[in-house]
Amino acid sequence: MLNVYNILETIRMIQDECLDIRTITMGISLLDCIDTDIDKACEKVYNKIVTKAGNLVKVGQQIETEYGIPIVNKRISVTPIAMLAAACPNGDPVKFAKALQRAADTCGVNFIGGYSALVHKGFSAGDMALIKSIPEALDVTQNLCSSVNIGSTKSGINMDAVKIMGQIVKEAAVRTADRDCIGPAKLVVFCNAVEDNPFMAGAFHGVGEPDCEIHVGVSGPGVVRAALTKYPDASINELADIIKKTAFKITRMGQLVGARASELLGVPFGIVDLSLAPTPAVGDSVAHILEEMGLEMCGTHGTTACLAMLNDAVKKGGVMASSTVGGLSGAFIPVSEDAGMIDAAVAGVLSLEKLEAMTAVCSVGLDMIVVPGDITPETISAIIADEAAIGMVNSKTTAVRLIPAIGKKEGETLEFGGLLGSGPVMPIREKSPAKFINRGGRIPAPMQSLKN
Amino acid sequence: MRAVVTVIGKDTVGILHKVSGICAEYNVNVIEVTQSVLQDMFAMIMLVDISMIKGDFSELVEKMTALGTELGLSIHTMHEDIFNSMHSI
Repeated sequence: MLNVYNILETIRMIQDECLDIRTITMGISLLDCIDTDIDKACEKVYNKIVTKAGNLVKVGQQIETEYGIPIVNKRISVTPIAMLAAACPNGDPVKFAKALQRAADTCGVNFIGGYSALVHKGFSAGDMALIKSIPEALDVTQNLCSSVNIGSTKSGINMDAVKIMGQIVKEAAVRTADRDCIGPAKLVVFCNAVEDNPFMAGAFHGVGEPDCEIHVGVSGPGVVRAALTKYPDASINELADIIKKTAFKITRMGQLVGARASELLGVPFGIVDLSLAPTPAVGDSVAHILEEMGLEMCGTHGTTACLAMLNDAVKKGGVMASSTVGGLSGAFIPVSEDAGMIDAAVAGVLSLEKLEAMTAVCSVGLDMIVVPGDITPETISAIIADEAAIGMVNSKTTAVRLIPAIGKKEGETLEFGGLLGSGPVMPIREKSPAKFINRGGRIPAPMQSLKN
Repeated sequence: MRAVVTVIGKDTVGILHKVSGICAEYNVNVIEVTQSVLQDMFAMIMLVDISMIKGDFSELVEKMTALGTELGLSIHTMHEDIFNSMHSI
């Protein structure tokens, strides 16, 4: 069954082409930790997470050795904390943030996500308090990630929430200005958020999910690019086939690792998220795949078409490889985390407007984009509203993760380091959308027929 | 349960001896060996049975990797499942 060519191909993918399992994420429901006494609730949260995920890192390392494949991150996602905060109206939600951080430290995971609220149609008890506490929560913790869902195809866009999120993103940046504005890098504003996403910063454990489960996020932009390099003269449909085959192989590995992790941890297997997630490392860039297809630089005309083909081919190959594909699945385009995107943004070829168009066909949205520090909260809100509108109308997940670089202007750079990379400050439009944002209310849900 | 040991690097005296020596030490049976030397590049793929392994598989992996570092070779020891799942439907 095994042949030499296949064995060497696998080893080359891991060794030279940055193939890795980006994350194994344990989703944990905290609904049974709800208590009217916030301190008791925090204690229950800590205990449940530590009980369920105590072995997560150890098991991850064991699988790494067994299969010889790097598992870059081990993470935890939990029930949106706003639901727990709702039961203790007089408590400070930041206590939950601290309890989650403590649990993450004990388990040794890289990130814990779920400091979240779902407000796409309106605010219920706990939502507003939680959202207002996000800047402080991200300031006093290191590994906590937060997300807020402000719109959906079925319910429209909650413009009151959009307005507040503009202020929250800005405040989170101001509070962490001394640490390269890291706060908003851990905060995602969603439209059509998914409940089983293993990728940060947007992961939370949806209420429709089981008590505890294991998700796997695979990566491998380098592998796809290397595969395309071998066929410099192939037509586009031939390229699509090559991408499908490569995505199949990558996803099969995710499926294997997920099944093994589920077996070792005694927890049901959730989904494989087959996203091409770039890192700033050389040879791990989604932009370089697009350039391999024939663009001189990512961001030029033709980028949206190339990305649409890539995103679709990745899904087709992945769906064939695993029966439990879920999460965001597709190609990510986080600017600061992708060497090719950074170059394109610095060269002025990749603009915010082009990125917005690309998000209509990629798997998520405006991700890790550094904007000038003097940006107004209303402009941030308006960017969120634009992006949410694309997601709402196209029945897809879109997200916004903007980082206002406090004290910096266009042409300067923010350095995060690690997987988050570094990003040039990108120019924005100067004219004000303030009147539109301050109107408040809700954008009604869109028509689902008569689609043109 | 089977694993695949791959050795790639510059050919020297006693590579097969040393790798199979570690296998014997851990009670790991060698099922199949494919080896080729192109000019002075050495490539060997060894299929081994790890169902009767003495001690931890991770120890064997570490030992092989350490041997690779010592000889200036790249040695990978991986469970065969990863190749099966990746390359067959």
